[in-house]
Amino acid sequence: MSVYFIRRLLISIPLLFGILLLSFVMLKLAPGEPSVVQQDLQTRATGAQRETLRQLYGLDKPIYVQFGRWLWRVVRLDFGRSYSPDGRLALDKIKERIPITLGLNLLELVVTLGIAIPLGILSATRQYSVFDKAMTLFVFIGFATPDFWLALLCMIAFGVQLGWLPISGLRSLNYEYLPFWTQVWDFCSHLILPVAVASFGGLAYLSRLMRGSLLEVVRQDFIRTARAKGLPEHDVIYRHGVRNAVIPVVTLLGMMLPGLLGGSVFIETVFAIPGMGQLFVQSAFSRDEPVLMALVIIGAGLSLLGNILADVSYGIVDPRIRVSGSGRS
Amino acid sequence: MREALWVRFRTSIFWRQFRRNELAMAGGAVVLALALAAIFAPGLSPYDPGAIDMKQVLAAPSGSHPLGTDQLGRDVLSRMLYGARISMAVGFISVGIAVLIGTIIGTIAAFYGGKVDELLMRFVDLMLNFPRLFLLLTLIAFLRPSIWVIMAVIGFTGWMGLSRLVRSEILSLREREFVQSARALGAPDRRIMFRHILPNAMVPILVSATLGVAGAILAESGLSFLGLGVQPPTPSWGNILNVGRSNIEIAWWLSIFPGLAILITVLAYNLLGEGLRDALDPRLRQ
Repeated sequence: MSVYFIRRLLISIPLLFGILLLSFVMLKLAPGEPSVVQQDLQTRATGAQRETLRQLYGLDKPIYVQFGRWLWRVVRLDFGRSYSPDGRLALDKIKERIPITLGLNLLELVVTLGIAIPLGILSATRQYSVFDKAMTLFVFIGFATPDFWLALLCMIAFGVQLGWLPISGLRSLNYEYLPFWTQVWDFCSHLILPVAVASFGGLAYLSRLMRGSLLEVVRQDFIRTARAKGLPEHDVIYRHGVRNAVIPVVTLLGMMLPGLLGGSVFIETVFAIPGMGQLFVQSAFSRDEPVLMALVIIGAGLSLLGNILADVSYGIVDPRIRVSGSGRS
Repeated sequence: MREALWVRFRTSIFWRQFRRNELAMAGGAVVLALALAAIFAPGLSPYDPGAIDMKQVLAAPSGSHPLGTDQLGRDVLSRMLYGARISMAVGFISVGIAVLIGTIIGTIAAFYGGKVDELLMRFVDLMLNFPRLFLLLTLIAFLRPSIWVIMAVIGFTGWMGLSRLVRSEILSLREREFVQSARALGAPDRRIMFRHILPNAMVPILVSATLGVAGAILAESGLSFLGLGVQPPTPSWGNILNVGRSNIEIAWWLSIFPGLAILITVLAYNLLGEGLRDALDPRLRQ
């Protein structure tokens, strides 16, 4: 097992290097290097002063030297200081937001899986029934619904019209002064709408996947054997079918991470949640290059980690992968 | 000649299959209607989409403004009709870019195989590892949002699935008998590629492109909603929703209708795409 894990880690090193190389290319493609951007602030900078700035940032060196220096800083997680007035380290600004975004995404995943897997099983075992057809329709609508719009609808319905749930932030303004259990409810009630909205799209996708996967599995020989030896249908489906059908769903979880992080951008912006997604939009507006680059690299790195975890969990649930060694291509 | 083509189309297996699929037909009809609405937007709009009327600010839907007005008193229906033009243009052009890049990369990978294939496919993996929205936002922040930049970045971040599809399609077509026999007859590589392989790969590309239009429209409206897409005063469904968000407690119509338009459009393109796939691909036919 550990050999498999180590090999999987080694394979991803070139990919990580690729991520950094591509990020650097993107950075270089951006018009306006720091000496010019800062010149916006100091319009009276002379040519010589601008040259000093170029030297300060190492922009007079050949491109591969620049890349080497940049790479060395990035592997030490030194992304530089934010251009925004607070001038804090980009990494510090992101660090305090990662737990919020990852926590929300994890919660979404749990909610999505908890609902999508039973729904997928139900529509697979009742293929072509009214329920299955209704689910198919729901899946199509789920795919086509922009989550930022769904968020607005929920805010109008539950926040504005009914007034049941708060529509922004993670805590109420008077949070500090509330008794403990009210604080717990306050926090949870702020989470209900964002998590519900964010889970909706994944729900359609995963329940569809589970349905297809289970339909595939029940056609196989070992299911026929299980039926032939007289096992009750319930045992056939839940003990033999579902266990095998869940495997492809689990592996796709890791691949969903880039999409989840992207989804956080909308959810956090609409519901004013101080996570990575919200910081991303703010930084994009102010063209805060150090923070943007750090976010892109950390986002891609987290996605890579998600892929590795998915592969490893695939190896745990399906021993055939470990033995053959190479894993998925 | 034209008559003969029409008869051939009407009696083709494709059309007979496609016509039976009611959902796909409905999707196709909506797509057609939307295209017409976008083309004839100037004639259909009751008002000039940019006409400001300060006496009618945030007016609720009524007889004179069927879908209400926005924060500057502009007619929402007219703005949505003009917004349809933006959505269609972004959808088609960015998917065109994605199809072009995806086809070229997929073809090169399949054709040369070996190291080139390995390298290109690793590059695809690499691109897929970035959260797409992160890439879009970073590129737009660096390049400043304009409609052309938006089309370009949506296209440049949306070709990866297509290149994988084209590659695998070509690899499987290459082993088929009709390609083998063309090769046996001594046809040059280029002729095999352009006359035999690529025309047969068009079907999955077309299906994927139809679904891609839906994705591109969603991406554009999302970016515009965040304020990093199509910039006001140019109307787009996304930036009307953006105004809706800031007026959520007083003007529900700004949040409801543009989103509904996005939902219906994306749904229609998805249904059409799935229907095309079922009708065009004999392998999926029961």
